[in-house]
Amino acid sequence: MVLPRRQTLMDKYLKTADTDWYKQRITGVIVCALAAFVVLFIRLIFLQVIMGDEYRRLSLNNSIRLQSIDPPRGRLYDRKGDVLVDNRPSFDVNITLKDAEPLKPTLEKLASHLATPADTLLSRIKQTRGRSAYSPLLLQQDVGRNTLASIEVNKIDLPGVSVDVNLRRHYLRKRQAAHLVGYLSEISPTELKSGSFPDCRSGDLIGKFGAEKVYENFLRGKRGGRQVEVNANGLVVRILKTVDAEPGHNVYLTIDQNLQQRTEVLLDGVVGAAVAIEPSSGKILALASSPSFDQNSFVGGITREQWDTLISNPFRPMSNRAIQGEYPPGSTYKIITALAGLQEGIINDRSVYHCPGYYRFGNRTYRCWKRGGHGKVDIVKAVEESCDVFFYQVGQGLGVDRLAWYAKAFGLGSPTGVGLDHEANGLIPTAAWKKRRTGVPWQEGETLSIAIGQGFNLTTPIQMAVVAAAVANGGHRYQPQIVDNIKTVDGQLLQQNEPKLIGKLPVSPAHLELVKLGLWKVVNSEKGTARGSRLSDIDISGKTGTSQVISRKDNESMAEEDMPVHLRSHAWFIAYAPSENPAIAVAVVIEHGEHGSGAAAPIAKEMIKTFLRQPPADTQVAGQQEAGSNRDGG
Amino acid sequence: MVTTFLFNYKILDRWAQPIYFACIALLLAVLFIGKYVGGSRRWLILGPVSLQPSELVKIAVIIALARYYSRDAKTSGYTLRELVRPLMIIMLPVVLIGMQPDLGTAGLVVLIAGSITVFVKIERRSFIYLIGSGAIMVPSIWFFLKDYQKQRILTFLDPDRDPLGAGYHIIQSKIAIGSGMLGGKGYLKGTQNALSFLPEEHTDFIFSVLAEEWGFLGSVTLILLFLILIIWGLNVAHACREPFGTILAVGVTAMIFWQALINIGMSMGLLPVVGVPLPFVSYGGSSVLTTAISIGLLLNVSMRRFMLD
Repeated sequence: MVLPRRQTLMDKYLKTADTDWYKQRITGVIVCALAAFVVLFIRLIFLQVIMGDEYRRLSLNNSIRLQSIDPPRGRLYDRKGDVLVDNRPSFDVNITLKDAEPLKPTLEKLASHLATPADTLLSRIKQTRGRSAYSPLLLQQDVGRNTLASIEVNKIDLPGVSVDVNLRRHYLRKRQAAHLVGYLSEISPTELKSGSFPDCRSGDLIGKFGAEKVYENFLRGKRGGRQVEVNANGLVVRILKTVDAEPGHNVYLTIDQNLQQRTEVLLDGVVGAAVAIEPSSGKILALASSPSFDQNSFVGGITREQWDTLISNPFRPMSNRAIQGEYPPGSTYKIITALAGLQEGIINDRSVYHCPGYYRFGNRTYRCWKRGGHGKVDIVKAVEESCDVFFYQVGQGLGVDRLAWYAKAFGLGSPTGVGLDHEANGLIPTAAWKKRRTGVPWQEGETLSIAIGQGFNLTTPIQMAVVAAAVANGGHRYQPQIVDNIKTVDGQLLQQNEPKLIGKLPVSPAHLELVKLGLWKVVNSEKGTARGSRLSDIDISGKTGTSQVISRKDNESMAEEDMPVHLRSHAWFIAYAPSENPAIAVAVVIEHGEHGSGAAAPIAKEMIKTFLRQPPADTQVAGQQEAGSNRDGG
Repeated sequence: MVTTFLFNYKILDRWAQPIYFACIALLLAVLFIGKYVGGSRRWLILGPVSLQPSELVKIAVIIALARYYSRDAKTSGYTLRELVRPLMIIMLPVVLIGMQPDLGTAGLVVLIAGSITVFVKIERRSFIYLIGSGAIMVPSIWFFLKDYQKQRILTFLDPDRDPLGAGYHIIQSKIAIGSGMLGGKGYLKGTQNALSFLPEEHTDFIFSVLAEEWGFLGSVTLILLFLILIIWGLNVAHACREPFGTILAVGVTAMIFWQALINIGMSMGLLPVVGVPLPFVSYGGSSVLTTAISIGLLLNVSMRRFMLD
């Protein structure tokens, strides 16, 4: 030790004085410690000697128990305030094992009330082993009023059995907006462990898909509970304390229930998707994917067979084609080729190409869909009649990378950010992409296919709906939204989604007007490709598209109708209406629907008609009046 | 334990700083690479062993303070200016532990260090200043807290505010203790514990289990054993003839005292619910290690009480 060795005699004396002084203080410390232990001692006498009998009694039955109070989940409404998803009471039979002893006779009696064999009940109990014998186990849910009555009347014979009224998610209309609204299902062990659901326990239902999943934290609410004292039979004698559950918040979707329902009817029986957007805000008016599924079947725990049927269905009802389906855009893409060509000066409003029905490039012949050719074609006519030869030449002038730049500026090739899970990117090819992906350099001829929306191009219906909306509103790209606002049960506004501008189309207004004239003629002129979808009272503009499933050159000789169904082309139609001041933009795709004009356009027309002809909603008065005046004019 | 009384404890005087900073380094490490359990980072995983640095820090702080205060003991007490350094020694680990967050252990370090400081005496006026500034600080901090933080503190002080969580645990703990009555239900016959009515996450409710099984007689015996241990510890401090050993012994004893008091007090519903292990009884590697080290240190000081320099 370095320090003590250097100490002087004086220091040593002082040290001794210090330690003596410490000794006095230690006596004080001992007194304090004793005092604290006396308190512990007195408390122990109080708990174990004075109150001992009372606590022994309470401990015998484990009489103080916790009961959970589930919060009512928030409702989902449409834009007009109509309820889409609600909760309804469900009578659930529970059993508390410790109170139900002897178990066998109790289960046998219960079996007769539930019309379920006692063995089945027993196996259900065994499945949920690991829970405390003092907490109720769910035996059978949603038993109905008659069973409830017969169990309640015979309660004396059924110790430990209780019927609880729980709220059960109820999707008011089967299959309605299933892909957008989503569904609830039991929380999985992985989700429980993930830490994302701190308030949840096993057996809880959480949103697994769609808005139910995305807005889970708003919808769920907060669990409450009560501390109760029970008697030897497990019946509650006293409620000691209650913490009320906090109900979840209500979510108001942007969709229009009427339009949504009509869209689903229109898509019934075909495979495809449709998206309708309000061009001035990006709000989704309808989003449907066909075939669909019944969300209610998930709520009570979907059975193995039901799930297998859903999953093995070759048309994949669980996939949301509106945001996940990737299809070549076909001729709908010509809108972008046209605008890019105008903007880049490849063509102008006076440019005329001759279409003999084919276009020679290199040593190959690229055909126009119209065998006889379109003759002399300018930009408006090219859009109106969807002349391939015209756009081959525009595409050739632009080159693949310039065209890709425009496509990306229109929002293609990346998710729109609609706020639903698993949205697909789509694909906008560039020369560099192809080299990286396949190792083969870009062929000039491929640009021709790209220019008319075939080849590597892939787009989702929602992306094309955003393109239609942006063209309709004069070039503003709004992020599509599915939720308008979120309110508490008391009506207090928690979140109001404002239109979110995510980009502007890099095209001049004059060029846009030129293409819009072409789009108007598609529906409204004698030679327009969608002239069959004309409405007398509503002015629709649009563009048809037919996206080939296989390259046309391999099947040149075969007529579309003669091909096997899975090789037939997908049908597209994107549109907006009324042409001046549009209130709705739609994109419809029908898988293997052959022609946009025949399969997709009539559906889009019906959607537009449904939306614009319905009486204006209270909340939408301002917007609808504007649309209304246009309707009168058109 | 054996290793901690083989060497001469006076070496610790010299090693106080390295030990202290090594522990601070561990605390920093736990903040970044600690294992995330139930919303806080308290554990360092070192291969097969997991370590809770906040446990070791308690010892490190005691040694560091013993070194500082033993340098020049003052019968008149320490003034505010002289207390600046010990305050820094205390607050650095307290803040780091608080960030894990482990408010229970952070508070415990403050209690232990505070006990040592009061033991070496604070000068009267400085003491009044300290108390006074504390009285002003607490409400002003309260003012800045967010609502949920206030709720958490209120629940901590009054478990009844959370009848589904802490409040329920306290009731079950009291039932367990009370139902033990005079003679207890017998070893492993406690129903409250056997049926997992007591929360698993708090192995800290171990006293309730003992009290239920062994009754009043058993609980009193346990409390008396703690009292005897504490008096022995203070006696070691009393017998030691130089300040470093005395303060070290007082500090270690204070640690055992506070942990026993808080744990037992909490189980009986006298004190807030904190995760403080009961020395010698609670299971948990790092806590057992700390307890062993502290007993080793007391033995060490006791054995060498006649040794002069």
